[in-house]
Amino acid sequence: MSVGVYVHADSVVHRLSPGIKLAALFGFSTLIVLVRDVVALAVALGLVLMLFPLARLPLSLAWRQWRPILVVMAILAAVQLFYSDWVGAVSVVLRLSALVLLAALVSLTTKASDMIEAISRAVRPLAYLGISPTRIGLVISLALRFIPLIAEQLEEVKEAQRARGLERNVLALTIPLMVRVLKMATEIGDAIEARSFDPDDARRLSDLWRRRSEQPSERNDH
Amino acid sequence: MSTRDLAYIALFAAIMAALAIFPPLMLPIGVPITAQSMGPMLAGLILGARRGGLSILLFVVLVAIGLPLLAGGRGGLGIVMGPTGGFIIGWIPAAFAIGWLTERFWNGLNPINAFLIAVFGSVVVSYAVGIPWTAAVAGIGLDQAFWPMLAFVPGDCLKAAVAVVVALTVKRAYPLIPARS
Repeated sequence: MSVGVYVHADSVVHRLSPGIKLAALFGFSTLIVLVRDVVALAVALGLVLMLFPLARLPLSLAWRQWRPILVVMAILAAVQLFYSDWVGAVSVVLRLSALVLLAALVSLTTKASDMIEAISRAVRPLAYLGISPTRIGLVISLALRFIPLIAEQLEEVKEAQRARGLERNVLALTIPLMVRVLKMATEIGDAIEARSFDPDDARRLSDLWRRRSEQPSERNDH
Repeated sequence: MSTRDLAYIALFAAIMAALAIFPPLMLPIGVPITAQSMGPMLAGLILGARRGGLSILLFVVLVAIGLPLLAGGRGGLGIVMGPTGGFIIGWIPAAFAIGWLTERFWNGLNPINAFLIAVFGSVVVSYAVGIPWTAAVAGIGLDQAFWPMLAFVPGDCLKAAVAVVVALTVKRAYPLIPARS
């Protein structure tokens, strides 16, 4: 599964278990929210930036992850400048940058499938509450399968409405599309049930995921 | 929860992802409006509390594990934990609240009360999570995080109006919430 923000490299950070990375991230983010000292925040950001070479990832990737929050950060820093002083504004920028870059690093170095496996291990105790990991696996696989199906249905509806000269009307597109995909989901749900899907079967969530990513071409039989 | 319900939950998570392909509309004051925040309203209004909330939860999990499903192809923990992450997390209780109220008002649902429900969920509930989150993550005061976010309210009202028209038509054509006696 290479979809997503994951970037492959052979490094210590990549090999760390996803559970440890997530735990470290939550520990770090709690700490950084509590820290008020601007020097400590600068050191924290420096440390996070040093993790990128350690993960054998170019700093340009850090920049690409940092850029989307630039506008929000600028607004928050400006508000801070207005209410207090430049130290406050700099603190906001440092804190947010460190937090976002470390979180991005976890996503850059952890495959989505490994992340799902870590989650499935974490939710296993929930089975006692009646939430089966297999159901979670099914629902994730279904969601990923539905995305291209919705795009397909949208094309069909667009074509039909073009014949009526309505292809630019948002409601004339959305409403038939919505009804179509709801019907499609009902049929798929019934089809899965008809094929004796047993949600309480104790198969591992990651198996479902792996099968899905290995044979994408055979999954068209809804 | 039946297999059909699982399919609806998966469907609305996928609809959230599909909404990301619509290019963001820029307001004159430089605030982007993305179609994506219409997703929680549609999920709540069409599926109800439990299924609607779970579908948005599923979507947020998919984004958090690194799939680029947010508007602009963004995804990963960097966005979810970032300054505006609370608004993404806030979509979950927003969809749940909208769904809960929709179920309560299902028999007498009309454009006006449905619009109020959608605005309540997408403005009051999701901002109640998003603004304290921004304040905590950025380490600033609640009031300082509050004012900039008001710029998004007009866009949210516009989206609520579209979501309500769609949801009410779907209610007539393909109702998924059982009528209350």
